[in-house]
Amino acid sequence: MLTYLANPARFMRWSGPPLVPLAVATALTLAAGLYLALAVAPPDYQQGESVRIMFVHVPAAIMAEGVYYVIAAASFVALVWRHPLAEIAAQAAAPLGAAFTLVCLVTGSLWGRPMWGTWWAWDARMTSVLVLFFLYLGYIALVNAFDDMSRGARAASVLALVGVVDLPIIKFSVDWWNTLHQPASILRAGGPTIDVTMLVPLAVMALGYVLLFVTLQLVRMRTALNVRKARALLLAAPSRRGGATAAGAPPDATPVLR
Amino acid sequence: MTGLTGFQAWAAMGGYAVFVWPAYATALVVLGGAGLFSWARYRASLRDLDRLQREPRER
Repeated sequence: MLTYLANPARFMRWSGPPLVPLAVATALTLAAGLYLALAVAPPDYQQGESVRIMFVHVPAAIMAEGVYYVIAAASFVALVWRHPLAEIAAQAAAPLGAAFTLVCLVTGSLWGRPMWGTWWAWDARMTSVLVLFFLYLGYIALVNAFDDMSRGARAASVLALVGVVDLPIIKFSVDWWNTLHQPASILRAGGPTIDVTMLVPLAVMALGYVLLFVTLQLVRMRTALNVRKARALLLAAPSRRGGATAAGAPPDATPVLR
Repeated sequence: MTGLTGFQAWAAMGGYAVFVWPAYATALVVLGGAGLFSWARYRASLRDLDRLQREPRER
C-alpha cells in the first residue's frame, strides 16, 4: 500500500479531480456552519452572545491538535520508510496547522476577556497551545533552515516527533492542573455536555474546518510536487541554470522527481 | 424599521460585538488568507511547470 502511494505521479492523477468538489463542499459547509452559529444557535444562559466565539474557537483548537498528529505521523513514515509523499504531506500541513493554532489562540483570547476578565493567563491549557504554535513555527523554520533540503526535512521530522509530547499535555492539562480554562465538554467520556442546539453548529463548523484542511492540503501537496518537478526540469537542462525559477525554487536545489 | 432594529440588535451581539466580530474576522482573514495564498502558489506552480515543459519544444 505504501509503495503504491509513494508514487508522486499516481498522487497527482487521483488528487486533481476531487479539488473543485472539495472546495465547493468546504464553502457550502462553512456557509451553513456560519448561518447556524450566528443566526440559529441560542445565546448561552451564562455567557450570553459571547458563546458564539466558541463556534470558531473550538473547531480551530481541534484542528490545531489534529493537524499536528498528521504531521507527526507523516514525519514518522518519512523518517522510517523514506516515503516521498510523507515528507511533502508533513511540510504542506505545517502552515495550515499554524494558521488553525493562531485562530485558536486569538479567538480564545477574545473570548477570555469578557468571560475571565483577562486577554491571557499563563494557564496550563493556554500555555501548552502556545507551545504548539511555537512547535509549528519551529518546524517551518527548520525545513527552510538548511541549504540541503533533505537535511532540513529530517531535522524538522525529528522535531515533529519530539513535539508530540505536547499533545497529551494540551488534552489533559485541564484535568491534571487547576486551570482557568474549563474542562473538556465535547471530546470526553460520557459524551458532550453541551446542548444539541449548540452542538450541531459546532459539528458543522468542525466539518467545514476539516474539509478546508483536506482541500488546502491537497492543493499544497500538488504545489510542492509541481515545484520539485520544475526544479528537476531546470537541472536537467544546463542552459536553464541560473535562469527562470519555478515558484521561487532556487536553481541549485536538489531534484526529487526523476 | 423593525427589521433594521432587529439587525442592529443581532449585530450588537448582546453587547459582546467588540469580541464576537473580531473573532470571526480573525478566522476569516487567517484561514481565508491561507486558502488564497495556497491557491495562488498552486496556480503559479502550474504556470511555471507548463512554461518549463514547453520551452524545449519552442526552441
